[in-house]
Amino acid sequence: MSTPDPVQPAAPSPLDGPALEAVLSEALAAVESARDLDELKTVRLEHTGDRSALALANRQIGQLAPADKAAAGKLLGPIRGRLNQALAARTQVLEAERDERVLVEESVDVTLPVDRAPAGARHPLETLQERAADFFTAMGWEIAEGPEIEAEWFNFDALNFGPDHPARQMQDTFFLQAPARPDGEPGEPSNLVLRTHTSPVQARTLLERELPVYIACPGKVFRTDELDATHTPVFHQVEGLAVDKGLTMAHLLGTLDHFAKAMFGPEARTRLRPSFFPFTEPSAEMDLWFPQKKGGAGWIEWGGCGMVNPNVLRSAGIDPEVYSGFAFGMGIERTLMLRHGIADMHDMVEGDVRFSTQFGMGI
Amino acid sequence: MPNIVIDWLGDHVELPADLTAETLAAALVKVGLEEEAIHGSSVTGPLVVGQVVSVEPEEQKNGKVINWCQVDVGAHNVDGVPVAEGGTPRGIICGAHNFGPGDRVVVALPGAVLPGPFPIASRKTYGHVSDGMICSAKELGLGQDHDGIIVLDRYGYSPETGYDTTPGTDALELLGLGDEVLEINVTPDRGYCFSYRGVAREYSHSTGAAFTDRGLPTGDLPGVTPDGFPVEVEDGAPIHGVTGCDRFVTRIVRGIDPQAPTPAWMQRRLTQAGMRPISLAVDITNYVMLDLGQPLHAYDLAKVAGPVVVRRAHAGERHTTLDGVDRRLDVEDLLITDSPEGVRGSRVLGIAGVMGGASSEVSETTTDVLVEAAHFDPITVARSARRHKLPTEAAKRFERGADPALPPVAAQRVVELLVELGGGTVDEAVSDLNTVPPVTPIVFPIHEAERLVGVPYTSEQVRGVLTEIGCTVRDLDGGTTLEVTPPTWRPDLTGSAELVEEIARLVGYDKIPSVLPPAPAGRGLTTSQQLRRSVARALAEAGFVETLSYPFVNPQSHDDLRLPADDDRRRALRLVNPLADDHPEMRTNLLTTLLGTLKRNVGRGNADLAIFEIGLVTRPVVGAPAAPQLPGGVRPSEQDLATLQAAVPPQPRRVAGVLTGQRVASGWWGAGRAADWTDALAAAELVAERVGTRVEVVADHDHAPWHPGRTARLELTDGTVVGHAGELHPKVLETLGLPARTVAFEVDLDALVAAAPGKPVQATPVSSFPLAKEDLALVVDDSVPAAAVRAAIEEGAGELLEDVALFDVYTGPQVGEGKKSLAFSLRLRGTDRTLTAEDSAAVRAAAVAVAHEKVGAELRG
Repeated sequence: MSTPDPVQPAAPSPLDGPALEAVLSEALAAVESARDLDELKTVRLEHTGDRSALALANRQIGQLAPADKAAAGKLLGPIRGRLNQALAARTQVLEAERDERVLVEESVDVTLPVDRAPAGARHPLETLQERAADFFTAMGWEIAEGPEIEAEWFNFDALNFGPDHPARQMQDTFFLQAPARPDGEPGEPSNLVLRTHTSPVQARTLLERELPVYIACPGKVFRTDELDATHTPVFHQVEGLAVDKGLTMAHLLGTLDHFAKAMFGPEARTRLRPSFFPFTEPSAEMDLWFPQKKGGAGWIEWGGCGMVNPNVLRSAGIDPEVYSGFAFGMGIERTLMLRHGIADMHDMVEGDVRFSTQFGMGI
Repeated sequence: MPNIVIDWLGDHVELPADLTAETLAAALVKVGLEEEAIHGSSVTGPLVVGQVVSVEPEEQKNGKVINWCQVDVGAHNVDGVPVAEGGTPRGIICGAHNFGPGDRVVVALPGAVLPGPFPIASRKTYGHVSDGMICSAKELGLGQDHDGIIVLDRYGYSPETGYDTTPGTDALELLGLGDEVLEINVTPDRGYCFSYRGVAREYSHSTGAAFTDRGLPTGDLPGVTPDGFPVEVEDGAPIHGVTGCDRFVTRIVRGIDPQAPTPAWMQRRLTQAGMRPISLAVDITNYVMLDLGQPLHAYDLAKVAGPVVVRRAHAGERHTTLDGVDRRLDVEDLLITDSPEGVRGSRVLGIAGVMGGASSEVSETTTDVLVEAAHFDPITVARSARRHKLPTEAAKRFERGADPALPPVAAQRVVELLVELGGGTVDEAVSDLNTVPPVTPIVFPIHEAERLVGVPYTSEQVRGVLTEIGCTVRDLDGGTTLEVTPPTWRPDLTGSAELVEEIARLVGYDKIPSVLPPAPAGRGLTTSQQLRRSVARALAEAGFVETLSYPFVNPQSHDDLRLPADDDRRRALRLVNPLADDHPEMRTNLLTTLLGTLKRNVGRGNADLAIFEIGLVTRPVVGAPAAPQLPGGVRPSEQDLATLQAAVPPQPRRVAGVLTGQRVASGWWGAGRAADWTDALAAAELVAERVGTRVEVVADHDHAPWHPGRTARLELTDGTVVGHAGELHPKVLETLGLPARTVAFEVDLDALVAAAPGKPVQATPVSSFPLAKEDLALVVDDSVPAAAVRAAIEEGAGELLEDVALFDVYTGPQVGEGKKSLAFSLRLRGTDRTLTAEDSAAVRAAAVAVAHEKVGAELRG
């Protein structure tokens, strides 16, 4: 491209139409051929700057006869206007080109690792208990809690496990020593245990709350089982208790079916099998229909339940001929193992961060 | 738990011919008898009857004599042809000598697998190819007798006794080794199902099969005679007012052949039921116990001197039980004693219902047998069995409640078997001491089952079920109420709820509809429950991983954590029966067990860690009362309830966290940042912030296991300490083998929640006037806490101060030795006007003045 010499511009007369058109054509060609904003800046200076042909022509207007001034203005004005329009249009094009280029040049490798801060996680046994609690509160139930070290009366006697009841021996209970006396002799029997189930919360609730009562109690419980693939001495249960007028086993089954669906999906349902627990009568084992069961859909044991034993109601001063109630309990570990295909208890209890991290913030 | 042998069950109830252990289990589970296991055969074929053709003893170099035998195994012979048809027997080496030519024996052929597992193959031994094995009872898992191989005739298997023992016959079937045995789980209320009688009844309930109750007393039972063996019950200390023994039946059989063997069928049944055959008299008592549910005892009549006295033990009395253990008796133990040389009750024969003694046991010379069939108090037996750690078959049945009407029936059955199998003669002498109280009837409203189960049972169904389970039913009030007398074998039926279960169970739990109860109006989670969730979630969002640990602690850990001798955290409750002897204490703080979790993670190569746990700790109160022992079934008095509550130790909920390694990872972006004390403190402050409780941070120079110079104490505004955060003591980390510079926090979540305002936040209006900024660098002594400087600035700056932030800490030559410069940026704003330069200058001057006054601060030049 030929660039006109900016030093000695030939200044056409502002009345010389064809000459001005020629200058304009030359300028427009220069604008069109500017390849970037820097070149365009040079072109702008050359063709619209103080010493450009058009500027010089414009300057001559002042010296023209008054009659010619208007004619010259009419001639020169549109020419300068067309040039400015061309410059503006070209600027827009070149700016857009530049912007696009910059975005390309700035691009990064988005597959680089970006996790500077390590991810945290909740323990799934905790989030599962919260999920169960949410299920029950959504039904209008409340969440009750109690101590883990419990008086034997709450853990056994209030629940119709008398001191000589064979079931009391079957609970594999951790017993607590009383503190030694100041004289070094062993203290009195403490009559304290690590609660073997969440059921003492039932007893506490019935003693403390007004009827009717609809509560669920998730929590930690203890049995003297050595840790292996399917047992742990410290585990979790969620217990439900409803005491009201007119409650029946049909209501128990309805609640369990609803809970099973919340935990395991719409196909889930439960069935009851006769069993025995001191604190319920009639009592039942509860089986869960589990479509994901290894080797094909089938029934698996999920928990125990029944109608609250009249003696448990009497322990709280409630008349069993007026009120009835149902109670149920299931293992949180077992539920988690079923839902998530966990084969070995160790992973749930050892606290290895790699286990919890798989579950993230919820389940 | 009991094993159920199908053909034995068939003695009591009609069974379909094709009944398998699996279908039996399915029938029983419907009525509440759960399958524990199905025990398959532990012997797999080919196992056949062989007839010994010849025995050639061969002496070996070591002096041992082995027998080279030719055995006819019928179609399994070498040429497939029985010897009778000219076939060639198999050659088998055998080391036993209790058999000879012509005897029929059990042969395991190559390919069979005996218990062990012990596979049989054809093998070269003692210069011959032994083509199988001649089996002993022990090798087949049938008993303890190892010395001799099974000679079928002597075991009672012969054509005369109705068994086909033609050579080549399948011996698995002959001996019952191929049978599957169902082990069931019997709940504590169903003592009667520790018998074939009871299980057969339940099978009948489940399927409707015809059931014959062989345990009911009939008119054929012999009456008591004046010369019956004398028995006296002298219970001076009944438990709960219930006599230890309310029935004691004796029978006598004389002239038994002490050598008479237990017949094969009985040995087989006992073995399949999981009991070891011992001797005829003992086997018969065990057999009848399994069959009917009545524990029995056979004494050598010659060794018992009347009268038998049933009494509690004297203090200091001792007795050697059958298992050879010399036991110190408790005054609660109920004993069977006799009266040698006329001294009444002077010799202990056994612990009633638990275990007999060696002195009066039947032996290989016993010809006259005294049979005992008694009924003992369940609690007495349960306590003795527990005290002496003897959960015997008898104790299992008595403690669950045996049938007090059963003793004479069971004794009669024992007598019959002793006569039939032992060649004895029944003595006419019968004694039956009987003080069994009548069963108390239950008043049962006919709609009670419907009220509790939600199924509209008909009156016929209610009466039908109750009658079927053995109750006597009488109408009261024109049939709206029933008087129900439970059968003697169901001591568990004590109230209407138990009867409701029977009706629901027998009509079927599968008939109960599924009905969601109407929802009551609830209040959702409590504030405390919501705040705890919020804390857990905040920590997880901040990069902490939640973990759980067992609360069991080794007392050594207090020393490892450098807790002072008088530290409260050393005062822990101890377990009587810990799982691990070195971890007997309940944790008094979370950090102890959380550090264990950290160590496990570090050991597994997880280097950059931030973990937390929320859980209960136990803080026993000195001088707390013992928990009272109160009866169930009645509401305790308010005072007893208060004592119960006071006896349960406080168990505050804590949250603790530890960090080690990098808090911000290094990577392609550059260097990371190691976790330090600030991360622990920030996490603790995050916890407080989420709860909404204001805490003050104060330096704590003396709180193990933390670093004395890098630890903050968190206090409520009233000064209550709610936690600590900072770097752990280097020596503690060294002792525990944890990485240097590990940091931690522990906060009492319950205390924080209790101190939360609990009221709605009252909003301050947001000013829209412009912001004015002032920066301020103050020089103070090194020892002055930044928080104190900040507090002074806040005080001095007054109401125009919107916020103040520390943005730089400088120590060095420009401020001089022992000094530091703290740079704060102040954000000032008026609520009603735009601040002028003079306003800002005045705030600044006031802040500097107060800081100078309070903490000796100088404006940095």
